[in-house]
Amino acid sequence: MKFELTVNGQKRAVDVDGDTPLLWVLRDELDLTGTKFGCGIAQCGACTVYVDGEPTRSCVMAIEDIGDSEVSTIDDLSGKAAEAIQSAWRELDVPQCGYCQSGQIMAATDLLNRNAKPSDDDIDEAMAGNVCRCATYHRIRLAIHRAADIMEG
Amino acid sequence: MFPNKLNSLLDQAQPSRRTFLKAAGGAGLGLIIGAALPSAGPASAAIAGNGSFNPFVRISPDGLVTVIVKHLDKGQGVATGLATLVAEELNAEWEQMRVEFAPANAKLYNNLSWGPFQGTGGSTAIANAYGQYRSAGAAARDMLAAAAARTWQVPAGEVTVSGGKIVHTSGKSASYGEFAEAASQMSVPEKPVLKPADQFIYIGKTFPRLDTRDKTVGAPIYALDLKKDGMLVAAIARPPKFGAKLKSFDATKAKAVNGVMDVIVTPAGVAVIAKSTWPAFKGKQALSVDWDFSSAETRGSEELFAEYRERASQPGQTFASNGDTAKALADAAQVIEGEFEFPYLAHAPMEPHDVVVQFDGKTAEFWTGSQVPTLDKNVSAKILGIKPDQVQIHTVWAGGSFGRRAQPDAHIVAEAAMIAKAWGKPQPIKVQWTREDDIKGGYYRPMYVHRVKASLDNDGNLTGWHHRIVGQSILSGTLFEGMLVKDGIDKTSIEGVADMPYKIPNFTGELNTVAVGVPVLWWRSVGHTHTAYVVETMLDDLAKAAGRDPVEFRLNLLKDHPRHQGVLRLAAEKAGWGTPPPEGRFRGVAVHESFNSYVAEVAEIALNDDGEFKVERIVCAVDCGVAVNPDNIASQMEGGIAFGLGHALRNEITLTDGEVDQANFDTYEPMRITDMPVVETHIVPSNEKPTGVGEPGTPPAAPAVANAIFAATGKRIRKLPFSANDLTGA
Ligand code: FES
Ligand code: FES
Repeated sequence: MKFELTVNGQKRAVDVDGDTPLLWVLRDELDLTGTKFGCGIAQCGACTVYVDGEPTRSCVMAIEDIGDSEVSTIDDLSGKAAEAIQSAWRELDVPQCGYCQSGQIMAATDLLNRNAKPSDDDIDEAMAGNVCRCATYHRIRLAIHRAADIMEG
Repeated sequence: MFPNKLNSLLDQAQPSRRTFLKAAGGAGLGLIIGAALPSAGPASAAIAGNGSFNPFVRISPDGLVTVIVKHLDKGQGVATGLATLVAEELNAEWEQMRVEFAPANAKLYNNLSWGPFQGTGGSTAIANAYGQYRSAGAAARDMLAAAAARTWQVPAGEVTVSGGKIVHTSGKSASYGEFAEAASQMSVPEKPVLKPADQFIYIGKTFPRLDTRDKTVGAPIYALDLKKDGMLVAAIARPPKFGAKLKSFDATKAKAVNGVMDVIVTPAGVAVIAKSTWPAFKGKQALSVDWDFSSAETRGSEELFAEYRERASQPGQTFASNGDTAKALADAAQVIEGEFEFPYLAHAPMEPHDVVVQFDGKTAEFWTGSQVPTLDKNVSAKILGIKPDQVQIHTVWAGGSFGRRAQPDAHIVAEAAMIAKAWGKPQPIKVQWTREDDIKGGYYRPMYVHRVKASLDNDGNLTGWHHRIVGQSILSGTLFEGMLVKDGIDKTSIEGVADMPYKIPNFTGELNTVAVGVPVLWWRSVGHTHTAYVVETMLDDLAKAAGRDPVEFRLNLLKDHPRHQGVLRLAAEKAGWGTPPPEGRFRGVAVHESFNSYVAEVAEIALNDDGEFKVERIVCAVDCGVAVNPDNIASQMEGGIAFGLGHALRNEITLTDGEVDQANFDTYEPMRITDMPVVETHIVPSNEKPTGVGEPGTPPAAPAVANAIFAATGKRIRKLPFSANDLTGA
């Protein structure tokens, strides 16, 4: 089936079965490989994208359910919060294997957009759905605080 | 990649006469691996020209220094670590440094701690490469100076190479890039002089990891991200019980899935070949397969534990014995006894396994996060019926491993080879595992039962210790058997007990090795995952029974082990051991050596009235010799501690009638940020040779927390995971 969707501000057309998860449409059809595959059942957050600005698990979102929604991915992530998060991540060398980090950065950026000064508890709550098997959690907490400081200027 | 000239020269490198056969103890694979070995020379195996100074260092005309990384970086920071060693001796600017993974070539890139293999593991990367990569950088430095001196017609002694520049005493200077080509043709210094430690500019300091930028923008650096022209995707339906065989299958529905090209049978299982990932997964779901379970493992965890407990009551093979343990136990004032149970554990690295293979009938190429390229190369060549030198392994960044990518049977790449062979066409194929394939796929940390009796005399002195371990051997029947299994005793079953540092006058250790049809594998810190838990929780019980402080009790038994004492003292001091913990908090301590590094951890937990606890803080002290990159050491401690703790909290792989009960992160729920304590790492200053950091943080974490739980509740957890125990009513 043919679908048209808006990804990172661009209209894209794909021809896939309607039950194909957005994750595989992004990765296999649109060559947007920043979004990773970890579990396929909405348990790890590696596949986090924004759908109409909301963090969404693309591994369980079927293409046929997207309709006119706007999808954005790490491949085109920008804005003040995103830049603060990415530079804090680099300053603290958060990633180890790095594989979960696209999802972590999407979730953390969303948190900072909603809450300019998150507490440890806010961070834990917002990031609880994002698994890191290397357990970079300690640094993720520190880096989100650091990003909040960077944002504040 | 490598200039062609370099590649062909690499292939001509002189083999030495040692073969792997001896080490392999006649194991079948040994014959395949029996390739010639390198003499473990550093930069002297030099291949010059084209800006390549030796197998490890290349400098391009624009001045970028590329370090050829012989190890897989699966998150432990080894690429940055090796670049640090080269940059140190080359006096390069950090901004010049780049990294690239080495091709599979055991002659040049073997792990010096492993002999003939190119591979990564056992926390050996920095330890084995420390001199080698520094020498490689030093050789390049001297060659740059020599080339500049020749062109400038000045004595080489008047030319220095530092701060990313080549400088003559007259003030004349040049970039590395200007002389790279010429310098790479200069003769290679036999023994380039290495810097004394007090002149280090990088080692012991913290510089940003070279891979962080890519890892914060979702860059396509993993095998998952590879896409070759015309690439197909394969998903494999593997037997639901270990050792089952294919009886029959019906692929009608699978073939009807839009995008499925074909369904083929391979020794690994039934493979669905599709145009892209989702159709491959869907096609696999649509398969109906009948399996023959006649030779499969059909026991469940309950039956296995019952059998293990039974074996724990019978004598085993003695692996250590001194004094008269029976007498010590008989004469004791107090005997502490414990029986411990450890479940199977999956590694579950974040990136589900994936390999891209391309085979044209004559030569094959693989792209994957290859942890032991030598095995991947030799095993796949055998399957494909070609020579190992007709196989190329392209190593890419790996989304975690924790031991999972280092299989003695190279089965992940082997499966890809089987599929490429059965497919028979030259299209590239990506073999993509699902998380379920991974969790149910075996190669677990083995189950173990330990039974221990330890005795104290009237004065609270530790007089005797009888320790029996029951479990599967990780290495028997593999090609590592000859190296690590002696007289039927697998070193990885007993490490951490056999070499216990505590001074015990009467000690007996026994091992009962059991055969189970579940494939097992090393898992971050291997045997220490269970032995440290048993030893360190027993020590805690003994200290309590003796009426002594757990730190002081240990220090007293560690008089001949200053490095154990050093980390224990440091962790205790930094954690404020001598002062009472804050209200509602409880502390526990553990110390353990693994992979030649020493780690002590003090855990602090908070307990609520429902018996729920949260690990709030872990203070860690590590002695890993020279601290090459202190921040990376801290990062490995944080990750290693959380890995040990996370699994201890709630992870187990269980079997029912031989089938794995767990499937994905809902039933094998990883540690999350909400479980993560604050971790503080303190490094003992040292001039000893650097040792591993990827694993040693893991072993003390669970026992330190268990000891804190004991301090809080008086309950001693001897069955893992912690969630299998009722801590209420404390
Ligand atoms: S891959 Fe989507 S949540 Fe794990
Ligand atoms: S950095 Fe490896 S899984 Fe998060």
